[in-house]
Amino acid sequence: MSLTRKDVEGIAHLARLQMTEAELAAYPESLSKILTLVDQLNAAPTGAIEPMAHPLEGEIQRLRPDGVTETDAHLKYQANAPQVASGLYVVPRVIE
Amino acid sequence: MTLHTRSLAALAAGLAAREFSSVELTEHFLARISAANGALNAFLTVTPERALADAQRADGVLAQGQGGALTGIPIAHKDIFCTDGIQTTCASKMLKGFVAPYDATVVERLTQAGTVLLGKTNMDEFAMGSSNETSHFGPVKNPWDLSKVPGGSSGGSAAAVAARLAPAATGTDTGGSIRQPAALTGISGIKPTYGRVSRYGMIAFASSLDQAGIMAASAEDCALLLAPMAGFDTRDSTSVDRAVPDYVAGLERSLKGVKIGILKEFFAQGLESQTGARVQAAIDEYRRLGAEIIEVSCPNLPLSVPTYYVVAPAEASSNLSRFDGVRFGHRCENPRDLLDLYKRSRGEGFGSEVKRRIMTGTYVLSAGYYDAYYIKAQKVRSLIAQDFKRAFTQVDVLLGPTAPGPAFAIGDKVDDPVTMYLNDIYTIGANLAGLPAMSIPCGFVNDLPVGLQLIGPHFSEAQLLAVAHGYQRVTDFHSRVPVAYT
Repeated sequence: MSLTRKDVEGIAHLARLQMTEAELAAYPESLSKILTLVDQLNAAPTGAIEPMAHPLEGEIQRLRPDGVTETDAHLKYQANAPQVASGLYVVPRVIE
Repeated sequence: MTLHTRSLAALAAGLAAREFSSVELTEHFLARISAANGALNAFLTVTPERALADAQRADGVLAQGQGGALTGIPIAHKDIFCTDGIQTTCASKMLKGFVAPYDATVVERLTQAGTVLLGKTNMDEFAMGSSNETSHFGPVKNPWDLSKVPGGSSGGSAAAVAARLAPAATGTDTGGSIRQPAALTGISGIKPTYGRVSRYGMIAFASSLDQAGIMAASAEDCALLLAPMAGFDTRDSTSVDRAVPDYVAGLERSLKGVKIGILKEFFAQGLESQTGARVQAAIDEYRRLGAEIIEVSCPNLPLSVPTYYVVAPAEASSNLSRFDGVRFGHRCENPRDLLDLYKRSRGEGFGSEVKRRIMTGTYVLSAGYYDAYYIKAQKVRSLIAQDFKRAFTQVDVLLGPTAPGPAFAIGDKVDDPVTMYLNDIYTIGANLAGLPAMSIPCGFVNDLPVGLQLIGPHFSEAQLLAVAHGYQRVTDFHSRVPVAYT
């Protein structure tokens, strides 16, 4: 499997990653190498095999009641935010 | 004073007998960190004030004749664990300056057990790496040879313990990140069963593989620390509600008649001959201890690296989508619009290996490729898990090398990600199958440590620790310290 620079640009857009020129030059080769490694999987006979859903057999994802368990600590959390105003996270204008 | 070469049990005995105080012990390790960290870069944050406050509190408890086996024992946490009020970076520019608003369960439980927090250790960025070279804050050096890597991703924790800058340190293991650095630095490390230790507050990389564990000089030290870490936590939906056995009490069990499986696939192409010879010598030692040695095969195990490099990046690309430059983490300057904010914040905040894995994950999950890559990999993952299950009907524990060779030179493998990934060829299988596994030192090649890996069935940590301890009772590799740090 071989990826082109254009493929990499497309994936980077999906992943919301701005790439530098140097990265766009380097990633097609290294990602292609990884996909070549991954191509080894094609040799495995997986016909009737179920894809693994959980590392522990028989374990299922536990659910909890949808109740309030935490107290408001937005000031503490927002201390890490790049930009806040009036208790709200600020982003560039989305709706004109 | 050689407090730093004592076992945890000996340190606890010294504290209980008031031979020295926790404050003295803590100051001893803080002084060692100040002296050595400039060269090793093992710690990203040192917390002397917090450490001394913890130590004073511990001394108060001990003065009343109270406290447990860990009261007053200094430890370090990998910088992937959230620590309330203390910077938690995951060794990424993305989280530089991020002060965690709460403690991870692992941190909370070890604090409740009376441990003293020395600081936060360096690691590969977001735990993605096998050499600690992807850290935004510079590589960690191997205390056995400063030109060599300490392994990764828990390389800072490994180097700190190997140089005896801390008696023990937490780690996380998604594809070998506790075991491989433990092997490369000559210490002991255990990755418990998936779900045994809470992942709450542990910054997520690949959630179906990530597991927290502990790194220390010996299996006995690991047993002491794993006890309070393990157990059910309602805040982690994959945490398993199952009683935690007494890991320390089980250590002295005899190895007579224990069936040890030698995994054929672990001794195939890729294993360096001298490393293989050290592991072979350990097998002979186990035979002398009365264990029954049986050759077993897990034929699909050679596919574990390609399987991992679909599953782990897929989960990483999803987990790391939370870093959007909005609520926390790096934000670019003057974003034009929301898309520009996302793209530049992420492009600038993540390092090149993290971006490579996000891209790989995005690709294998994208429309038209999901079945060919992701579903296929999850099927092969089932095959690998079945192989292990079958092996454990024949043997109690599996044995092999932890890594193909000893520590390699800094810079040696950075240009080719696939070569780097193959260093985890023996460790990834246990993560894919959710199995507990550990690495213990079993000798040296050219003055560099070699690691022996033990893998057990689900929830067999007590047995793994006992099998490791049995070996450490008759060998002294685990008590060797690099000359510069004796």
